[in-house]
Amino acid sequence: MSEPGLEALWIGTNATDVAAARFLARQQSSDWNEVDQADLDAWLAQSAKHMVSYLRLHDAWTRADRLAALRPPMRKSPNAPYALSKTIARLTAGFVLAAGAVVFAVANFRTAPAETTYSTPVGGREVIALTDGSQVELNTDTVVQINSANPRAVTLIKGEAFFQIRHNAASPFVVTAFGHHITDLGTKFAVRGTPRRLEVTLIEGRARVDSEGPNKASAVLSPGDVAIATASTVSVTKKPSATLSDQLAWRQGMLVFNRATLAEVAAEFNRYNARKIVISDPETAHLALMGKFPVNDVDLFGRVANAVLGVRIVHRGTEVVVLSKPHEK
Amino acid sequence: MTVSDLGRWFVREVLPLEAALMQFLRRCVRNEGDAADIRQDVYVRVYEAAQKKLPDPVKPFLIATARNLVIDRMRREQIVSIEAVADLDELDIAEDRPGPERNTIARQEFRQLQSALEHLSPRCREAVILKKIEGLTIREISARMGIGVDTVNEYLAIAMVGLANRFNSESGRGGAL
Repeated sequence: MSEPGLEALWIGTNATDVAAARFLARQQSSDWNEVDQADLDAWLAQSAKHMVSYLRLHDAWTRADRLAALRPPMRKSPNAPYALSKTIARLTAGFVLAAGAVVFAVANFRTAPAETTYSTPVGGREVIALTDGSQVELNTDTVVQINSANPRAVTLIKGEAFFQIRHNAASPFVVTAFGHHITDLGTKFAVRGTPRRLEVTLIEGRARVDSEGPNKASAVLSPGDVAIATASTVSVTKKPSATLSDQLAWRQGMLVFNRATLAEVAAEFNRYNARKIVISDPETAHLALMGKFPVNDVDLFGRVANAVLGVRIVHRGTEVVVLSKPHEK
Repeated sequence: MTVSDLGRWFVREVLPLEAALMQFLRRCVRNEGDAADIRQDVYVRVYEAAQKKLPDPVKPFLIATARNLVIDRMRREQIVSIEAVADLDELDIAEDRPGPERNTIARQEFRQLQSALEHLSPRCREAVILKKIEGLTIREISARMGIGVDTVNEYLAIAMVGLANRFNSESGRGGAL
């Protein structure tokens, strides 16, 4: 073919569709004859795949006859559809605004009073608006304390929280957790911890992590950094932004797994649910899964694991037990 | 049943479900090419089954076939999206939704066709307009576009695939599955 770029237009089309379309195109010519027709018939008889591809393209091409309605003088005024689309755009904008207002109205905001402990139950999530304009979002099974004397000093007692800090150089915002201090330098970050291990993920801005431990370890984080602080060390690794947004999917009530083992998947679900997932054996625990689930939908996990991995799911009291897939005999 | 009877049956009963089928498949797989591959497999299975016995009603059979192929693929790749799983559940329930009235469908189809035309590459679009709107013969198109007859055919063939993909990609005929 002499036309430049013509071949490239076929990219992404499977071979059967290419062949069927070429037959169909040649069929449009006045010199299409019985020999051509016999060729086509033979090709169609070869497989159902050829047949369905041809039928589908033929149908679409026939339906395109309606385009004849655009033949002048029937051509429509070009202004009409434009005006209509503007109207639609306006309507849509109105709807979006209305939807935004509803979301705002139902969002679970709360203004923090003086001395307070905030906690969420297993499966809970809550946003706390602080008086300085900062915001703390608590994940499942989490406890934070907010100091009455200084609203910019928050202590994470348990669990995981996401902080969006209104930066103020004169009065740094400090999160204390398990013997470490995270000092905001204009920031959005997530803190998740146990007494033995604290994880700080920095999304935006900068923050400093200081340990109270004997080494007085310290690290300054920039976006994408994840700091792991133990009693004696602070180590920092960088994570791609896709991984970070997966990690924070809980803020939308979701869990995202990217080739996570069933053991990891179970541990994550179990943070959010009273019904615990138990994996019966190590071999099953090593099976991997990708997917995105609502944090509280253990049953969905069960159905997916069953459909995708073939494992069996049984319910025992408050436990959801994952059994190895039946071995082929 | 002869081949052409079966073909007519396929065009009349199966193809109108394509928009809904593709909507479903797109949520199950990651890219357009994969969705198109599965679509083709679904059609082949439905057509082959119909050679033995016409599935009646068609919709549940098409759904079951699509669902099986998607699950096979998930098993193979161990990849799943929440949307896919939700749909697998919903498909059975939402099956016999009444479609929009005929008139609306016709208008919708026409809009889809216009939009499909707009999405073709310029030379393909030109060839289609000359053929379908201006009603020219292939030779006349060849003269008008200043290219050989074979090249016109090639542009038309590419356009046919583009139109079919696009035409059936937006919700239209047959409503949702």
